Amino acid sequence: MNINYEVKKATRQSYGEALKELGEKYNDIVVLDADLSSATKTELFAKEFPNRFFDIGIAEQDMMGTAAGLATCNKIPYVSTFAVFAAGRAYDQIRNSICYPKLNVKICATHCGVTVGEDGATHQMLEDISLMRTLPNMTVVSVSDDTQAKWAVQEIYNINGPVYLRLARLATPIIYDANDKFEIGKGIQIGDGTDATVIATGVTVAEAIKAKEKLQSEGKNIRVIDMHTIKPIDKDIIIKAAKETKHIITVEDHSIIGGLGSSVCEVLSENYPKIVHRMGIKDTFGKSGKAEELLKYFKIDSNAICEKITKLV
Amino acid sequence: MTSEKELKEIANKIRIGVIEAVYNGKSGHPGGSLSIADILAVLYFNEMNIYPQDPKAENRDRFVLSKGHCSPALYSALALRGFFNYDELLKFRNIESNLQGHPDMNKVPGVDMTTGSLGQGLSAANGMAIAGKLDNKDYRVYAILGDGEIEEGQIWEAAMTSNKYKLDNLCVIVDNNNLQIDGTIEEVMSSYPIDEKFRSFGFEVININGNEISEILEAFDKAKKTKGKPTAIIARTIKGKGVSFMENQVGWHGKAPNEEQYKIAMKELGY
Repeated sequence: MNINYEVKKATRQSYGEALKELGEKYNDIVVLDADLSSATKTELFAKEFPNRFFDIGIAEQDMMGTAAGLATCNKIPYVSTFAVFAAGRAYDQIRNSICYPKLNVKICATHCGVTVGEDGATHQMLEDISLMRTLPNMTVVSVSDDTQAKWAVQEIYNINGPVYLRLARLATPIIYDANDKFEIGKGIQIGDGTDATVIATGVTVAEAIKAKEKLQSEGKNIRVIDMHTIKPIDKDIIIKAAKETKHIITVEDHSIIGGLGSSVCEVLSENYPKIVHRMGIKDTFGKSGKAEELLKYFKIDSNAICEKITKLV
Repeated sequence: MTSEKELKEIANKIRIGVIEAVYNGKSGHPGGSLSIADILAVLYFNEMNIYPQDPKAENRDRFVLSKGHCSPALYSALALRGFFNYDELLKFRNIESNLQGHPDMNKVPGVDMTTGSLGQGLSAANGMAIAGKLDNKDYRVYAILGDGEIEEGQIWEAAMTSNKYKLDNLCVIVDNNNLQIDGTIEEVMSSYPIDEKFRSFGFEVININGNEISEILEAFDKAKKTKGKPTAIIARTIKGKGVSFMENQVGWHGKAPNEEQYKIAMKELGY
């Protein structure tokens, strides 16, 4: 794996591009947004297919309900807004109007985590993985790069039921080749080091890989797991890592409560008890700043991962 | 066309089904179920194109009971219309029954949308109406909202959507029985003037007595002829209508009659 860290793209951009392509392929796709189409990038679809694009205005609850109604009539709605307004503000609508009736709505939420940056705490969603994975019938996907995001936008079309797709604002390195294969519910193991495993998701995957490369030069062999599907979680890859490596570290741009770290703890506590070191946002709100500065401030960047592992190994 | 006389009888049968369901289930919401019985009689036995043998038919008219707690009335109408066996009503809210406390579209044939959390049904109805327009289908979508329910902000978000997309295939009915759990609508949180609100949101508004079959028939007819905008029928009703001791009594919002009350109610309904 040779990553060019200079070539970057935000997964929200990949989403917008993939959605436009998907719209050409499938007539039953409709897209809804809540006055954020230029930020969520659904505008790319809107320009191409104005009749199948619905701007519901600043009304996320109504947007989710409208999508539910469309889904009862065999439409496949892709619904977008910022993660905080999707999973947070419209939680009850997602719960009662989408997940309980198991309607085929794809909630593609952009601007997750502290990497939203300057907008600050009100706009930095740190609880969405937690809120969404607890809902029955929901699939939760959190992609790490352009290639994976484009795959996911297409792949979730084939899932018969609600999906939460977590997308980021921050442009991050392209990790995978266009030919790389992914599978819902199957994490990706990068390297087979046995000193420690870093399980990451979304924007922290590139940080973990960077840390892995750096530690390698110091003689420490790390394995990274890109956990792009949070639910259903890949139990096997976690248990295997716990058996084969000395330490387990999770890192996420999300609260350490209820997110990836908690998911890994749940798997290991029931199957192969082992200490899990959770890196993420530690029961606090975010703050304004540049996205890269915030990754550093909240200790979820490659340097923080290196420090953590250096202490452990 | 079903005659007015027949529809009145059907409304009465729906009420009997409501009492049977709530009494046998020993829980449920009789008050608001009884207030909408006449509207449901007209919808399910005259107005809507529905197919009990093919409940998911693509060209069927859709119905959303946004005030989902009044499921006994919907279940009663569906059973009488032949969507499922009438005896199912007696198992309402039972652990072994498909008739959940609030309507579940995946468990009950004829239920077009799962509801229960108030304020969400109009959005879903909009989605159905938009889908109909996209597919050039001529089905219509009906949604019953409660006068207390419209205190939920999402209803007004949805009303803007109905207007924006000129959903003339959508007909909203507000069950204005003037009571909610904690008291009258005015006491708790006035949603009045309901008609002026919907009118200002771009709806064609029709005020009727919602317990009067002829007025309901006429209103639906007018709604169907309205083009370019959605219709809202503000139906003034009596909560608990048809059972004397339940009428206009806030206490009968969500409780089941005891055996003695059940017998009186059934007698009053001519069972």
